[in-house]
Amino acid sequence: MLEFFIQYPIAGAIIALSSLALVFGAILGFAAVRFKVEGDPIVDQLDALLPQTQCGQCGHPGCRPYARAIADGEAINKCPPGGQATINAIANLLDVEAPALDEEHGEESEVKKVAFIREDECIGCTKCIQACPVDAILGTAKQMHTVIADECTGCDLCVEPCPVDCIDMLPVASTVEDWKWDLPAAGTYKVELIATDGDRHGAPAPQQKSGRGEAA
Amino acid sequence: MRKIWGIPGGIHPPENKDQSLQQPIAEIALPELLVLPLSQHMGTAAEPIVAVGERVLTGQEIAAAKGLVSAPVHASTSGEIVAIEERAIAHPSGMTDLCMVLRPDGRDQWIELHACEDYTRLDHQQLVEKVRAAGIVGLGGAGFPTAVKLNPRANYDIDTLIINGTECEPYITADDALMQAHADEVVAGTRLLAHMLDNPQQVLIGIEDNKPKAIAAMEAALAAGEGHPGSAVEVCTFPTKYPSGGEKQLIQILTGREVPSEQIPANIGVVCQNTGTAQAAWRAVRFGEPLIARITTVVGEALQTQRNIRARLGTPIAHVLAAHGFDAERCSRLVMGGPMMGFTLPTADVPIVKTTNCILAPSREELPPPPPAQACIRCGMCAEACPASLLPQQLFWYSQAQDYEKLQAYNLSDCIECGACAYVCPSNIPLVQYYRASKSTIRRMETEKEKSDRSRQRFEFHKQRIAREEAEKEAKRAARKKAAEQAKQKLAQARAAGGGERTGGSQADPVSAAMARAQTRQVAPQQQQAKLERAVSSAESRLQRARQRCDEAGDEQRDKLQARVKEAQARLDDARQKLAAHEGTGQAADKPDPVATAIARAQAKMALPPAERLRNNIASLQKRLATARQKLDQARQAGSDTVEALQTGVAKLETKIAATRAELDDLQAGAVPEHAQAPSADSEAATAAIEKAKARAAARADMSPEEKLRSQIESLQDRLQKARLRLEKARADNDDNTDAFRTAAEKLEAKLTQTQQQLQQQPVTTDTSH
Repeated sequence: MLEFFIQYPIAGAIIALSSLALVFGAILGFAAVRFKVEGDPIVDQLDALLPQTQCGQCGHPGCRPYARAIADGEAINKCPPGGQATINAIANLLDVEAPALDEEHGEESEVKKVAFIREDECIGCTKCIQACPVDAILGTAKQMHTVIADECTGCDLCVEPCPVDCIDMLPVASTVEDWKWDLPAAGTYKVELIATDGDRHGAPAPQQKSGRGEAA
Repeated sequence: MRKIWGIPGGIHPPENKDQSLQQPIAEIALPELLVLPLSQHMGTAAEPIVAVGERVLTGQEIAAAKGLVSAPVHASTSGEIVAIEERAIAHPSGMTDLCMVLRPDGRDQWIELHACEDYTRLDHQQLVEKVRAAGIVGLGGAGFPTAVKLNPRANYDIDTLIINGTECEPYITADDALMQAHADEVVAGTRLLAHMLDNPQQVLIGIEDNKPKAIAAMEAALAAGEGHPGSAVEVCTFPTKYPSGGEKQLIQILTGREVPSEQIPANIGVVCQNTGTAQAAWRAVRFGEPLIARITTVVGEALQTQRNIRARLGTPIAHVLAAHGFDAERCSRLVMGGPMMGFTLPTADVPIVKTTNCILAPSREELPPPPPAQACIRCGMCAEACPASLLPQQLFWYSQAQDYEKLQAYNLSDCIECGACAYVCPSNIPLVQYYRASKSTIRRMETEKEKSDRSRQRFEFHKQRIAREEAEKEAKRAARKKAAEQAKQKLAQARAAGGGERTGGSQADPVSAAMARAQTRQVAPQQQQAKLERAVSSAESRLQRARQRCDEAGDEQRDKLQARVKEAQARLDDARQKLAAHEGTGQAADKPDPVATAIARAQAKMALPPAERLRNNIASLQKRLATARQKLDQARQAGSDTVEALQTGVAKLETKIAATRAELDDLQAGAVPEHAQAPSADSEAATAAIEKAKARAAARADMSPEEKLRSQIESLQDRLQKARLRLEKARADNDDNTDAFRTAAEKLEAKLTQTQQQLQQQPVTTDTSH
């Protein structure tokens, strides 16, 4: 065996390489079957970044279709509800330059909105129910409809089909629970924080030290 | 002496605690209005349980806890609820929240309280319930419902209870004053909490060494209660350093254990409560007293008097300040809480709540507005001061860059917002404000993520639902199409087989058979018209007769006769209509309408099973009976003389209903097996019955009432005979339905006799009419 390889180095190399190729091919083939990835992981990741309003402003019927389209190479700046933050996140994920929002698809709105049905004007036509992508409108034919505010994504899709124009998009009122501290504006710190005690400020440095010594 | 551990970092700001400790705890006069926010604690807001305008007593529950992590709200004094509305609350946002507004009546009349002499007799759940019902929350500042903390999950083995009397923040002396004045109650509360936690191995009261009076008072109170069963309580003193009073820091100082990131003290077997909470829990269990007041430090150079007060919850801060000689000119800003962790109040109209431990009204010299921030020089002093061993500088950079992933990686959530880093920062950067902003943004992002996940699910479900509905619709459509095709085929087959003549084939569609029969029976249009004309004229003459009789008859008969007139009129109209229709179609088309209508009627009747038909009959009869009865009642009330006639009418209707019912019973009893045997035969029978009935009706149209009755009697007799036969047969077979048959026969008999009676009456009326 060894002698044969020594005698015919070319044939030996060919045999060795082809047997290696066979072994690795078998391993790879097995791995391709055993660890097959269901679906496109990048679509899932993109979908997770999109705001899930399902508003269709991007021109796709829902967020997941848009995620699929982005994975296929569509522009990433077509999502007004997500705004710049979403564009940045997607750009970060795909490692591309973050473009500005394409205003053609709508403007980024500062406040979140929620649909509200003026119930005494509702005629119970169920058109808005059919339009709602997340089934957040409750009601049946000839009965008054109402919006489950907690489930409403503020997508606007129910406003247009309403024949009596009784749906308003109201800004979501900020409550004490979801109130958020603002980041101090750079440079001009308007400080709410109190951690500025005693004679520390405006006083010469040695005094400051003595003040601390006193406390200790 | 137990070992005292250290914490990293920490600062030593001027304490400024003496100002407020010069006077004993005071009470101030009740304000004009008390404002009680529904959310004074961590968790779900309480729900109002009294209405506007209601009078409430001191200590009465006015808003109930909603859910587990929540606390009820009680009336701080007796008075009237004047509003439940949005009011400014003590919150850094300056926002409004739902509050109950109480106008005190000045009498301070207490609701009946349920005292408890010996709490050891109550079981754990009862004690927890008492604490919960008293609305007690952590009085140190966070306001976490105490009952939840006292009911740790079974997998937490609690071995240490710590009562926090540290009060490390400058200016605040509320706990200090409480321990000096009510050490006995704090100790009793400590023992109560220890009892509720199954007497953990160590029960420690942690007090900083800058409160010698409080330490002495507590030790004296402990000595006085020597020999108390349960765990030994120990007062632990340790050097003053800010922020030793933070829950996690205090646990580390007293036990050397660190609370892991994102976990609670119970995870490492420790429960920590504030001294004020312990006292409030004690009062709640011992005297049944809910939390309606708390000790609050009112301090600052802008005030003439600086002291601790026992303030009723809901007292507006403006009222408190007014009682302490507040000088708005001198005050730089109003702060709720201490100078390190408190927040500036946007207005003085907010009320004191359960978590208000201090109101600070400093002068400008005392707490000047902060100088502008400068650039970070990376000196690292903040990292040295941080008691949680975080890297404040990194957190600052990432907060500025809004890099939330990195912030989470650097454990921003472990920041206790003590402000030590900002205090030592030589560039005066408001670091904690950055952290607070980033923390709240992260929290908001998390809730948004949750919501978007939910909407994704809902959207997926919506799509699925639409697809399923579409598929169902499609399937239905296909099924209908198939059925229609089959029916068409069958019809074609039947036509081919029947060839226009009735063969009596059992598989032929009964409807098409009926159609075929009707067609064969179709007589010449002229003949038909003549017949119809006859019908019209006879109806006319009958109507005339009826009218005459009606005019001549006495009052008692009139109603009946009028009904008959109406009936005759209707029949006439019907006949005329038929005639008109016939004339119309006779000229226009070959197919005469009456036949078609007859077919339609037959089809409709065929569609209904006999039992159904009878039931329909009963229903309509019952309706008639109801109206008849109503009329009778009305007549009775009015004393009208038609009462008798109406009564007989009602009686008749009743018997009719009974008869129909019997028939139905009959049918159900007798016809079911038949039905099962030969459905086609049954439907044949139905068509035959229809035909017969039609023939009878046609014959009766020409009959006088007398004849009608006679024929009725005949048919009744016939039916009775049949019923009797059936009954006998049933008896012989020992059938279960014998009873039903018997009643049916009896009813038929009754009906027969009644008809006979009617017949006897008939000639008389006929005579009178002629």
